[in-house]
Amino acid sequence: MSVADIGQFMNFNSLPKTIAVGMPCAYISATKNADRQTTRTNREGKAAPMADDIILEARGLSKEFKGFIAVKEVNLQVRRGTIHALIGPNGAGKSTVFNLLTKFLTPTRGQILYKGRDITAMKPADVALLGMVRSFQISAVFPHLSVLENVRVALQRPRGTSFHFWKPEASLYDLHDRAEELIEAVNLTPWAGHTAAELPYGRKRALEIATTLALDPEVMLLDEPLAGMGHEDIEGTAALIKRVSADRTILMVEHNLSVVAHLSDTITVLRRGEILAEGAYDVVSRNPQVMEAYMGTGEVGHA
Amino acid sequence: MATQSKTTSIKTAGVKTADTQTTTIALRRPGQDTARNTIILGIGLLIALAAPFVLYPVFVMKVLCFALFACAFNLLIGFAGLLSFGHAAFFGGAAYITAHSAKVWGLGPEISILLGMGFSALLGLAFGSLAIRRQGIYFAMITLALSQMVFFMALQLKFTGGEDGIQAVPRGHLFGVIDLSNSLSMYYFVLAVFLIGFAVVWRAVHSPFGQVLKAIRENEPRAVSLGYRTERYKLLAFVLSASLAGLAGGTKALVFQLASLTDVTWQMSGEVVLMTLLGGMGTLLGPVVGAAIVVTLESYLAATSMPVPVVIGAIFVVCVLVFRRGIVGELQARFGRR
Ligand SMILES: Nc1ncnc2c1ncn2[C@@H]1O[C@H](COP(=O)(O)OP(=O)(O)O)[C@@H](O)[C@H]1O
Ligand SMILES: [Mg+2]
Repeated sequence: MSVADIGQFMNFNSLPKTIAVGMPCAYISATKNADRQTTRTNREGKAAPMADDIILEARGLSKEFKGFIAVKEVNLQVRRGTIHALIGPNGAGKSTVFNLLTKFLTPTRGQILYKGRDITAMKPADVALLGMVRSFQISAVFPHLSVLENVRVALQRPRGTSFHFWKPEASLYDLHDRAEELIEAVNLTPWAGHTAAELPYGRKRALEIATTLALDPEVMLLDEPLAGMGHEDIEGTAALIKRVSADRTILMVEHNLSVVAHLSDTITVLRRGEILAEGAYDVVSRNPQVMEAYMGTGEVGHA
Repeated sequence: MATQSKTTSIKTAGVKTADTQTTTIALRRPGQDTARNTIILGIGLLIALAAPFVLYPVFVMKVLCFALFACAFNLLIGFAGLLSFGHAAFFGGAAYITAHSAKVWGLGPEISILLGMGFSALLGLAFGSLAIRRQGIYFAMITLALSQMVFFMALQLKFTGGEDGIQAVPRGHLFGVIDLSNSLSMYYFVLAVFLIGFAVVWRAVHSPFGQVLKAIRENEPRAVSLGYRTERYKLLAFVLSASLAGLAGGTKALVFQLASLTDVTWQMSGEVVLMTLLGGMGTLLGPVVGAAIVVTLESYLAATSMPVPVVIGAIFVVCVLVFRRGIVGELQARFGRR
C-alpha cells in the first residue's frame, strides 16, 4: 500500500471522494444509491432479523506459538449475508485468525461456532464441506493444472466421483460450461487453456476467487484478495466480491482501505492479536486508537 | 447495475469485456495430445511385440517387470508427490507370496500373482496408514523403516528360505492351459501383465481421482480448503501403487523362478527411485525408459569388472544435473508438450 493510501486512511472525511477517483464511477454511484442504503440500515441495527443472524462466531479465540501470543481472546461475530472486513497492521494476527476459523490451525483456547454448531474440533476439509471456504494470502493455485482444470477440481468435488480412479477424465467434461462461466466472471477467459503457473500474480488471485466460487460457499474467507493486483483488476475484483456477496457471507482481510470502506458492512480492527475496534467504517476510522495503531507502525502495511 | 448486482449468477454484471473470439481460440480442451500419444504407444507396442525375437526374452521380461515397478512408484511420487523409500517391500514381498503360492501350494500363475498383489495391497494399506500423515523426508523415513522390517522378516521367517530365497518356482500353466515354461509364451504373458498395469496407471492419472491427486501434489492446503480429505486420496494412491509394485514383483518371481532377499533390500527401493527420476517422474513413459536404461546398464556392467553401483551412481548424478526433468521430461519440455 502506497503513501497515498495511508493518506486516504487518515483523511477519513474526504474518503468518498478518494474512492470515486479509484473506482469506476458508475459502479460507485449505483451501489451508493441502492446497496449502500440497505447495508447502512443493517449497520445501525434497524434491519430485518436476517441481519442479526450470526453465521460465524469466535469466542475467546487465542493462539500461542511457543509462548508468543499471535491471537488473544478474540470475540468475533460475523452476520449472515454481510461483508465483514478484518484489518490491522502487519503481523496483527489476521491470517492466523483465518487459519483458526477454518481449522488450519488449532486454537490454544477458545471456541468456533459455525451456524451455531461448534466446529472447534473439526478438520479443515470438513469445515469446507460445511460450506465455509477460504483463500490464502499467498496465492494458492494448482500451478501445473490449466486454469480450466483449477476451477474444475473444485467443481468436481460435490459429485462424489473423486475417488473413481477407473473413470475417464471425459466424465468431467460436462463441468466445463460452468467452469468457463466462472472463468469469465473473473475475466480470465483468454487464459483458460494456460497453466496457472503462466499467469501473472494478479491473475492468479482472480483464478483463486473463481476456484473458491466454484464451490458456491455460504461463507467465503478471502485473505488479501486484491494484493498484487493492478488498478484495473482491483476495480473488477472488488465489483465481483460485491456481486457474489449477494447470497453469501464474506469475511475478508484486505489492506486496500478504499475498497474495504466501500464494500464492508462491518470492520474489525486487529492489533497485536487483539481486537482494537469494531463497527461500520465511519465509526472505526474515527477511533483515535485505530488511527494511532496505523501511525504507530509507520505504515498501513503490506502483507 | 444495482439490481444486477443482486442477482445470484456471477455471470451477469459488467465484466464481460473479453471478446468471444479469444474465448474460442484459447480454450484448449484436453485430449489434443492424443494423436501423438497413440503414435508413441503404437511404436512402443510394436517394439515390445518384436523384442523377444531380437533380444533375450528373459532380459526384456526383466525390463518389463522393472518398468511396471517404476510406473507404480511413479504414480506415487510423480502424481501424488509422495516419495516412498520402501517400495521394495511391496515388490519383493509379493515375489515371496507368489513364489510360495506357486511352489508350495501349487496354484496357477495368475492366482499366485494375484495373491502376491493382494498381499502388497494390504501391506500398502498398513504402511500408508502409518506414513501418510507425515510429510516429505519423514514420510520417506517411515516407509524405509517399515520396509526394513519386511526385510528382516524375510530373512528370519521359515517360508522365505532365508539367504537362499525360494528357488525353482514353477511357472505353471496360464489358466491351466498355456505352458509358461515356453519362454515366448511367458514373454507375451509378462507383456500383457505390463500393459494391464500400465493401463491402470494411465487411467488413474487421467481420472477424476487423478485430478485430485495432482491438485494435492501441487498445493495440498488449497486442496484441503476445497474440502478434499487429502489423506484418503494419498492413501488410495499409496495402495494402488503398492498393489502394482506387487504385480510387478510377483511376475518377476515367475520370470526368474526365484524370490530372493535382493528384491526386498533398501537398495531395491533406491533403484526404483533412480529409474523413475532418470526417465522423468510425473511422465507416463519416463519410468519405462528409466527402467530400460538401468536394467540394460546393469547387465552390461555385470559382464565387465567395473563396480556397478558406482557407475550407475555417477550416471545418475550426471543425468540429474543435465536433465533435471529426466529424459522423457526433457524431451516433452523441448517438444512443447505440457
Ligand atoms: N506458524 C507460525 N509460527 C510462529 N509464528 C507465527 C506463525 N504464524 C504466524 N506467526 C506469527 O504470528 C503473528 C501474526 O501473523 P499473521 O497472522 O500472519 O499476521 P497478519 O496476517 O495480520 O499480517 C506474526 O508475528 C507471525 O510472525
Ligand atoms: Mg496476513
